[in-house]
Amino acid sequence: MSTATTEPTVSSYTPAADSLAAVLDGAERPPRPSAWSAAVTFGWRAMLKIKHVPEQMFDVTAFPIMMVLMFTYLFGGALAGSVTEYLQYLLPGIMVTSVVMITMYTGTGVNVDIEKGVFDRFRTLPIWRPAALVGALFGDVFRYVTAATVILVVGLILGFRPQGGPTGVVLGIALLVLFSFAFSWVWTMFGLLLRSEKSVMGVSMMVLFPLTFLSNVFVEPTTMPGWLRVFTEVNPVTHLVAAVRGLMQGRPDAGEITWVLVAGAVIVAIFGTLTMRLYNRK
Amino acid sequence: MTELAIETSGLVKTFGKTRAVDGVDLAVPAGTVYGVLGPNGAGKTTAVKMLATLLRPDGGEARVFGHDVVHEADAVRARVSLTGQYASVDEDLTGLENLVLVGRLLGYRKARARERAGQLLDAFGLSDAADRQVKNYSGGMRRRIDIAASILTTPDVLFLDEPTTGLDPRSRNQVWDIVRIIVAQGTTVMLTTQYLDEADQLASRIAVIDRGKVIAEGTPGELKASVGAGSVHVRLRDAAQREDALRVLTAVLGSSVQLDADPVALTAQLSGEDTDREAAEQASRALAELAAAGITVDNFALGQPTLDEVFLALTDHPATTEEVAA
Repeated sequence: MSTATTEPTVSSYTPAADSLAAVLDGAERPPRPSAWSAAVTFGWRAMLKIKHVPEQMFDVTAFPIMMVLMFTYLFGGALAGSVTEYLQYLLPGIMVTSVVMITMYTGTGVNVDIEKGVFDRFRTLPIWRPAALVGALFGDVFRYVTAATVILVVGLILGFRPQGGPTGVVLGIALLVLFSFAFSWVWTMFGLLLRSEKSVMGVSMMVLFPLTFLSNVFVEPTTMPGWLRVFTEVNPVTHLVAAVRGLMQGRPDAGEITWVLVAGAVIVAIFGTLTMRLYNRK
Repeated sequence: MTELAIETSGLVKTFGKTRAVDGVDLAVPAGTVYGVLGPNGAGKTTAVKMLATLLRPDGGEARVFGHDVVHEADAVRARVSLTGQYASVDEDLTGLENLVLVGRLLGYRKARARERAGQLLDAFGLSDAADRQVKNYSGGMRRRIDIAASILTTPDVLFLDEPTTGLDPRSRNQVWDIVRIIVAQGTTVMLTTQYLDEADQLASRIAVIDRGKVIAEGTPGELKASVGAGSVHVRLRDAAQREDALRVLTAVLGSSVQLDADPVALTAQLSGEDTDREAAEQASRALAELAAAGITVDNFALGQPTLDEVFLALTDHPATTEEVAA
């Protein structure tokens, strides 16, 4: 190990006209990157940030484990008589809840990131405008997949035995991640709209708690009063849970899957547009 | 008529009731350093952000090499680079990663982006710090990596927003040297600064901005001439000779001479019409007269007009920082 005193002093640098001029001269102008390539590059940035600040993976590992354990053992005995039995019903739902809840970090992430000077540089580059946000969401997709995998592993250990087999499980997770990617645009919009990280967090909670709990995640809607059932039936999370549960239990429901895909497309169309309008005006 | 790199007319940006930029007309010749001088909150950064397509003007228009910053924003982006007032690099990433990231976004393939990044890190003396996160860089290194990211492909126009604010004198000189080399390669640089000496050192023309308006424009010489040529500070060996010195200086320079708080020091205003040379001639004549009168001078210094003096002369108010609600 070198000690501080043996390190070269940084300010001993003297700009050399010839080497700097050579570097400037050697720069050809490459063609503008494609939209996809720019977005993937921003995805790479998101992965580098995970590498340098690994603590941010805490939300997608510890939080989901806690969710599974808490709900399985808290409600399992009371609702289904046996924990293993309830787990078959609960696990797809808890997976959806956890991942959909994690999407809110997209909003706080965008809010913090956009305030930094580096976004001024990104926005002066001649690239596809949504690339920075789409790339950030690619990083988030990695987090969603991690969370889903963690929950699946914990579930398998506790006795979750999906009838759909590996194919059903993978398709279920794929549908969930796809929907979460679409749903994240709600948070990019709030991330750009609201002033502080805290207010983004507050709004996320207000939206996410009713959306995830007033659904079919924990109990069948048939046990609920009529007015509540109306809400759960239009709640996209209900349809997402039904679709994912169907896939994992080996009874895929084409209607529910279509519903989820259409809902995702509508969310991107509305909130993606709003997000980009805010992004360009910022 | 030389080609214009930047041209604005009646440029306006308002934030609520504040007119941050209030009808700015600029004409920046290509291949030069253009200084935008003014205190904090004068509207310098806002003006630069509009030119770099980060903010939409509320009035007037601006063109970069003939391209409108609103309607041809992509054509402008392809020609400009911005080094913002706060580091425009990702502090969580290493220096190398930052340059590769920007290189990839400019369209370089992976291998070529790494190669360019390596060349720039070398040229900027940052090779040893390539794999350290930028948040652990010193202020001077941060500025250098920031400028390096701006010239991965040589831009036609480089915006430097207060590039030396907060830097120690040595790092400041490094940045100045870098700017001179970049301009010598044909890039037009628009530089905002709060320091008259910085604009004086680098810029061939300067616009002085105050409260969103251009209050003076010209070469550094013209600007300084408008506030007088500066002053000469004299330190005597013997305090007893100060009264004599005061008489001699007043006679030679015909201008106001002040007695400083220090009992052996005096400051005389110079009245040079428009050049530094004239001021220097006056000062040396004054020193010769002091010597002829048998007054021993220990030390003397020529003082340039400060930004404060320029502001006082141009606006009747000092260059105070004004809060602008963003």
